Order: sequence, then C-alpha cells, then structure tokens
Amino acid sequence: MRAINRKLLRDLWHMRGQALAIVMIIASGVALFVTQLATLESLTFTRDSYYAEKRFADVFANCKRAPAPALQRIREVPGVDVVQSRVIVEVMLDVPGLAEPAKGRLLSVPDGRRPALNDLFLRDGRMPDPQAQGEVVVIEMFAKANNYHLNDTITAVINGRHQRLTIVGIGLSPEYVYSIAPGEMIPDDRRYAVLWMNERELAAAYNMEGAFNDLALTLAPHASEGEVIARVDDILRPYGGLGAYARKEQVSHWFLQNELTQLETFGVFIPLIFIGVAAFLLNVVLNRVIATERDQIAALKAFGYSNLRVALHFSQMVAGIVLVGALVGTAVGYWLGVMMIDLYTAYYHFPVLTFRMAGWVPVAGLLITAAASFAGTLNAVRRAAALPPAEAMRPEAPPTYRATTIERLGLQRLLAQPSRMILRNLERRPMKAGLSVLGMSMAVAMLVMGTAFMDIIYYVIDMQSNVIHREHVQVSFHEPRSMRSLHELERLPGVTYAEPFRSVPARVRFGHRSRRIGINGVPADTRLDRVLNMELEPFELPKDGILLSRVLGEKLGISAGDQLTVEVLEGSRPVRQVKVAALIDDFMGIAAYMEIRALNRLMREGDVISGANLLTDGRHDRELYDALRERPLVAGVVSKEAIIGNLKRMIEENLAVTIGINVLFAAIIAFGVIYNSARVSLSERARELASLRVLGLTRGEISYILLGELAILTLVSLPIGFLLGNWLIDAVMLTLNSEVMRFPRVVSGTTYALAATSVIVAATASGLIVRERLDKLDLVEVLKSRE
Amino acid sequence: MTETRNEDVYVLADDSREAVFIAEGITKVYHMGEVDVHALRGVDLQLYKGEFVVLLGPSGSGKSTLLNILGGLDVPTAGSVRYRDHDLTEATEAELTEYRRHHVGFIFQFYNLIPSLTARENVALVTEIALDPMTPEEALKLVDLGDRMDHFPSQLSGGQQQRVAVARAVAKRPEVLLCDEPTGALDITTGVKVLEAIERVNRELGTTTAVITHNAAIAAMADRVIHIADGRIARIDHNTQKKKPTELEW
Repeated sequence: MRAINRKLLRDLWHMRGQALAIVMIIASGVALFVTQLATLESLTFTRDSYYAEKRFADVFANCKRAPAPALQRIREVPGVDVVQSRVIVEVMLDVPGLAEPAKGRLLSVPDGRRPALNDLFLRDGRMPDPQAQGEVVVIEMFAKANNYHLNDTITAVINGRHQRLTIVGIGLSPEYVYSIAPGEMIPDDRRYAVLWMNERELAAAYNMEGAFNDLALTLAPHASEGEVIARVDDILRPYGGLGAYARKEQVSHWFLQNELTQLETFGVFIPLIFIGVAAFLLNVVLNRVIATERDQIAALKAFGYSNLRVALHFSQMVAGIVLVGALVGTAVGYWLGVMMIDLYTAYYHFPVLTFRMAGWVPVAGLLITAAASFAGTLNAVRRAAALPPAEAMRPEAPPTYRATTIERLGLQRLLAQPSRMILRNLERRPMKAGLSVLGMSMAVAMLVMGTAFMDIIYYVIDMQSNVIHREHVQVSFHEPRSMRSLHELERLPGVTYAEPFRSVPARVRFGHRSRRIGINGVPADTRLDRVLNMELEPFELPKDGILLSRVLGEKLGISAGDQLTVEVLEGSRPVRQVKVAALIDDFMGIAAYMEIRALNRLMREGDVISGANLLTDGRHDRELYDALRERPLVAGVVSKEAIIGNLKRMIEENLAVTIGINVLFAAIIAFGVIYNSARVSLSERARELASLRVLGLTRGEISYILLGELAILTLVSLPIGFLLGNWLIDAVMLTLNSEVMRFPRVVSGTTYALAATSVIVAATASGLIVRERLDKLDLVEVLKSRE
Repeated sequence: MTETRNEDVYVLADDSREAVFIAEGITKVYHMGEVDVHALRGVDLQLYKGEFVVLLGPSGSGKSTLLNILGGLDVPTAGSVRYRDHDLTEATEAELTEYRRHHVGFIFQFYNLIPSLTARENVALVTEIALDPMTPEEALKLVDLGDRMDHFPSQLSGGQQQRVAVARAVAKRPEVLLCDEPTGALDITTGVKVLEAIERVNRELGTTTAVITHNAAIAAMADRVIHIADGRIARIDHNTQKKKPTELEW
C-alpha cells in the first residue's frame, strides 16, 4: 500500500470517534432510504406480477341489474379486450364471538370455471363445485382472523334468509389486496369477509339469473380508457349503472397506490435530511483536520505532491466515511426492509410478499450520499488544495479577538474571565457557532418531528372518534328508506338518540376532471357526524350548496363559489349543478357534505335516508345487534369502537415501528452532531486550555470554558430546534398528505420535553467524554507541539 | 580564517563552475492587510553545482522567503529565478510541483513528518513519487536510523525525527537540498548529528545544498556563507577551509 493511503487509513482511525458518529448518521439516512425504496420496489414488483398473473381488470362497473345482451354490447365496444360479468351482493354474517354482525361481500364465480378476470389465488382447498349447494371460497384474512378452516360453515343472511355456507377454499384476490368494507378506511379482518360462490346459486338467490350487476374488463393495447368508460356507462345507464371507473379508483388499488406514493416521498425526504446533516458534519470535521494538518499538507506539496493529489487525499477521507456509512446503512436497511415487509403483510395481502432489493437502490443511496458529502466538503477540500506550501509552513496567525457586545455594554464586571473567554470565542466565530447551533437544532427538530407523529396520530384518532364522529353505531340500509325507518331505529333496545344520514354515490365533475365519491347528507344541527375544519370549528352546513374536502377540491381544480356538476350514480341518475359552498380541511378520505334536506331536494326525492348514526346506552348492545340482524333492510352495522380499535391496532403494530426507527435515528443525529462539535472544539483549543492549566487553572475551570460553550450552544439550539421541528413537520406533511389521510401539525409538550431531554443527555454524555480527555491533557506534550 | 570578497570578483573568479540557480533582482512583497512587507528587496544570487551554502541572517531578514522561492514553494513579486533550464518565475503551479517532485529535497525546522506514518513510510511517501529513488531503507541507513525504521514520529527524539526528514529529503536523490533552520529546534549534540547527515549527503551524492540559519556557528561548515539582512544580500564569505560538524561549537 502506498504511504499516502496508509496515512489516510491511520488518520481515519485516529479520528474514529468523530468518523463513527458521521458514519452512523449516514448509515441512518441510507438505511431509511434503502428500507423505504426497497419496500416500495418489493411491493410494486409483487403487485405488478400478481395483477398480471391473476388478470386484474383495467375498468370496473356496477349497475342494478343488467341483462346478458348488455354484456354482448360491451364486448363489442372498441378497445375492450376481455369482459367478465358477475353478481355481487353485500350480506351480513354471523361470526361466533362477535356481538355485531360482520359484513360480507359475496362475489359470483362462473360455474365450474375460473373467472376470466380478477382470478383468485387459492391458498387452500378448491373452487366451489358447480353441482353443490352453499359452497364458498373465503378470503384468507377473514378465515385466519376468525379461525375458520376448510369444511367449516358460516351463517350468512342472504336476501333476508339465514343460510349456512361451507368453506371449500381459502384464497386471495388482486381486487382485495387491501380489503376493507365499503366506506371504511382500515381493514377489519374479523368483521369483513369476501366470499366467492357459484354464479348459478348466487344469481338464483337474488333473482339475477341471466343478468349481472358488476363487470370488469381489460383494455386492448392503445385503447382509450376514457372512451371505453363513457361507452360502458352509456350501455349500463338504463340498467341502474353506477358509473364505470378505472383501476386507479378501485378501492384496494387506490389504497395501495397511496401507500406506494407515500413510501416514495418519505423514502427520499427523510433520508435527505440525514444526509444533509452528515454532509455538514463532514465539512466541520474536514475543515478541522485540514487546519491541524497544515504543516503536513505543506510538506506533501514541498515533496512534489500536486494540489490535485492533496485534494484527492482529503476526498478519499470523505469517501471512506461515506462508503462505510453507506455499507452499514444498506445492511441495516436490508434488515429493516425485511421487517417492514412483514408489517405490510398484515394489511396488504399478496400470495407471496418477499423482500427484494434491486441493485439500484443501494447504489442510488450511495450516490446521493456521496454527492451531498462531496458538495458539503468541497470548500474544505478546495482549501487544502489551494493552501500555498510556503504559507502552510507557518503556523496560523493568531485569531483576532475583541471585547464582546455584552462587555461593550459595560456588563463585563458581571463576568469572570473564563466566562468572557466563552463569550469572546462565540462572538469571534459566529459562523462556526451558528453552524454548531444549526446542527444541534436539526437534531432537536428531527426528534420533535419523529415523536410528534405519535401526537398527530393520536390527535387524529381522538378527533375522528370523539369530536367528529360521535356515534356509537352506524347502521346503513340496502336501499334508501323513508324517515319512518329512523323512528323504527330509535325504538330499538339501548338506542338513546338516532340521527339520519343520506349517502349518494356520484361522479362529481368540474371541467374535464372528475371523481367518484359519496355525497354525505347530514342534518343541519348534526350532533354525531360533524363537519369540522382543522381548527375544529364546526362548519355551518349551507341551506344548499356542497362542502368538499380541500384535497378533492384541489384535485378537481374547483374553488368555493364554482358550480360543481354532480352525476348521481343511483336511481334515475340525474345530473345536477351544485354550488361549492366551501372547501374543508378534514383529516381522512375525500368527502363531500350537504345538508340532508338540500341533498334530498337535489335528488328530487322526499325525506329519504340511507342509514342512521346511533347513540346507545351501551348496556343493550347484544339485543340491539340481534334486532338489527333480523331486519332485511339493514345492509350493515358498524361499531365505532371496533373501528377505533382497528386504527389503534394498526398504529401500534405498524406506525409505532416506523416512528420508533425515526426517533432512534434522530437520537443518533443528536449525539453525532453534539459529540462532533465538542471534539472539534477540544482539538482546536487543547493548546490554549493546556496553557491555562500551566498558569494554574484547575481542571474544573478549563472544563468550564470548553463545556460552558457547549452548554450555551445546546441551550440556544433548543428553541430554534423546536421551531425548525415545526417547519419540518409541515414539510413532511406536504409529502405525506394524501387522499387517504391529511395530518394537522400537533406537537405536545411531552414531545418538546422529550426532544430537549434527549439532546441534553447527548450533550452531557459528549461533555463527559470530552471532560475525560481534558483531564488527561498532557500539558508538556501539548505545549511542546507546534500548533 | 574567512575571506570577504565582493560577489562580482567571486563570480569572475569562479565562472568556470556550473551554476545551478541564477536569481536576478528578486523582490518579494507580502500584503498584510493595509501594510506591505518587503521580504526581499532585489537579490542577485548564483548557486553552483555540488556546493554547500549557508544563508545566514537574523529572523525576519528574508532568508526563508529566498529559500522558498528557490524551492518553488513561492514565487517572487519581481525578478527572475532560473534553475538550470527551468524558469521558476514563469512556471505554472503544475510545473512547480513537477520541479519540486523531481529536483528538490526539503528539510524543515519542525521536521514536518506525517505523524501517522512510521519513519520508513514517511520516506516512502517521497520515494513512491520519485523517478530514481533509493529505497527508504537505504535512505534511513544513510542517516544512521537503520534500527528505527518502524517507529512513529512520536516514538523518536527531535534529532531522530529530523534525521528521518533528511532521509526523506535525500531519498529521491535530488539535485538540490534546501534546509530551513534544520537544527533550529535541536540541542547541539543532536543538531550536530543532523548536520553530519546533511554534510554526508552533500559530499557523497554531490547534492547542491543550501542551509538557512541564524546560527553563525554553522556557517563554518559551508563553502560559501551568504549574509542576508533586511531583504538584501549584505555580503558573501568564502570559506577556504570547511569545518566538520563535530568541530562546530555554539
């Protein structure tokens, strides 16, 4: 090995403490990057091959009841490749051990054949026998959650009649990778089932022989999706068509896509912060190394090493740290990725979901880190390269000091000499002090942000469950009913208050953009389903006019006062114009609200409701659920407690891990920054401090000078870090907010306290390490060596 | 014992000798904030092949500046310096680097060893980029450090460190050896050992050697002594009889 490379390795070894701190920060960034992007890759790859293998459809459509000839017409639409029609019905299921009825969706499969599109993956068992009765394939998650096995039976309420179904197969479907009951956000595998049944049998039960109410199709290459959707819509309109929609609006796909987008932005944004901090630290350390090696640089140049070679030498130092950081980060990232994929399998269901890391992921991580680090250290390296050899031979000129502002204000009598030294040192190099404060503030900010996610999520849960949705139970009907049904619900056991709601499926359109949504009609004086903005002020529901989630308004490019076109997707499918009264900042999903009577007027219908939100006394739930189960008009019952339980479970199992990792990595940054600051100050001032010791100052007194400075910097960085943390949260929210979730910025006092404590602990630990070195300061050696 | 001669007379007497350096009218001005510091005020100088020259002067006289310019570490503000057929005043940064790499050996007052490299590796640092170097082992033996090759600078005494520096400077077989106060940080006994090493290189390898010092005693071992004061050459002494380093006293 060449001597200059040997010097490189020994220099790195000599500064291993600081180098290690930077390596850890880089490793954290690269680990996050690798984890998130490799997870993204794995999910995308798995999804795409699953979709392809099981022929996931491109376009979906539902209607009330269309006859077989309509199917033939759809087949003839130009651009349509394969079409599969089916019958789909929503049912209630009795699940042992569950008070409220579970929801189920029954899908027909062609008798004795596999579906042409949206085929199942059979984990176990077989498809229903075309000759047999009551045989079903059950979705794997539901079977697992309720401990169902092959040949077990489930009781379903099919068209008002209790019927026993036998499980002959357990499977999965590309349509239900993320499987949720209609209108819900979080999977509840205990309470929601997807079941497949022979078409003949299901059609017979619902009087759908020779007809269908759902279809899926794939597009021929180069077909226009929009055109096909429009033609399919036209064909199905007379049959109660609810509007065809593209894959991107398919529920499971939409959730998965949102998740992938989030992984993508999160996987880049957060690591960039880490890498930025690492680049900054590298710059600080390298500047210091170059300052202490001035005479060595001069010697190298005097012997004929070129400026380029010297620059290369110090760049290699950076490269060494970056490389080790990236390698460690990739290894940790791989390990975390395997863990993450495990978490995903709890919510996103594929036949097999294995972690795979494409080669480009670690390479990209390394390149980004290297680019940032070299950009960050360019100045220091340039300084080394430009150092004139003759100049470098002389020691650095003594720095200029002056009395500080505080002293000039005449307050010097308040300050002892050591305190003056601290202040003068800070004031002499405000840039350096500023950068140290910036680094520490970043650490504080990262800690605040990491922990604040917990605050935010619990805040959203609290809002959703206690402030916005205050019902205990939500009951929805198969068909819109009259107000009389509400009074019927009011009289059920345990019900103390019932409030109606109307829910209308519609495609809302503004200009050329459109979305399929449900319009919620709630009473003007609603108590249970409140429309609040992010400041929690209730919105006055306008007499007519519609409120839209801001995210939906932005997607459509519409603002308050504009006329929104509403194409209702049920009944006679009227098309109406409604004025947008306001855009609301809500938390979850994309929503549209109207006052219930205004919605009824819009629909040209009487006092019609789609269901009701109930308050119960909580003592008669069993009877209430039994009573609801007996009513054929009830399509589904949702207990809010169960929803909140699911939300909390998802957070504790999934988000807590991610947040935990973030907080851990933030702590690494905090320690890395502070430790480096302390070490750099120590090496810069060892000689000065040793001189003071020679003059008779005690160890305590010189520690005070050095550590006092660190303490001041730490304290100053706390409030700045809090502020920075708030900005950081806002910035992350911009990338995280999706149609699924929007997060407000909520930071609790505990979070601030935790961040401050962590940083103070890190500072104290660094201080102790430095103090130990100060105590061992070899006075003679330090004074003998040239600066 | 020493004769004082006018330089012109000396040149006339000796112009049969091959001049390695020819410097004419070199001045060097440093801008230190608002004041200009004149380090050199018009120096004419020739150094001849194989000679041992001592540049003697008090601190601040400009002798280090002169040495740095001869070594290609610095360029003059005005005037010209030629090393054989190289014009050092017009040379680019890269050419100066080439020049230092292949022709000059430096020895500094504070040794400037790389603390993270052993004695052998410090020498290797130079031999690895030289054209026709000796091995680090040979170079270290030349300065009598054959038994300390794997010691780090921190494990060596000041004199030993400076001898490593001498080995490092001569290992590339340079044509010129430039020494900036080589004994400045050493006591007499160790200083003598370092001077012996330098003298041996000068004698055995025929390396043109320039030593700057403020220590008049060292002047006695030179062929010529160039006195520098206030940025100018005050006078040049010619030693008819050189002393051995062991005979020096200070």
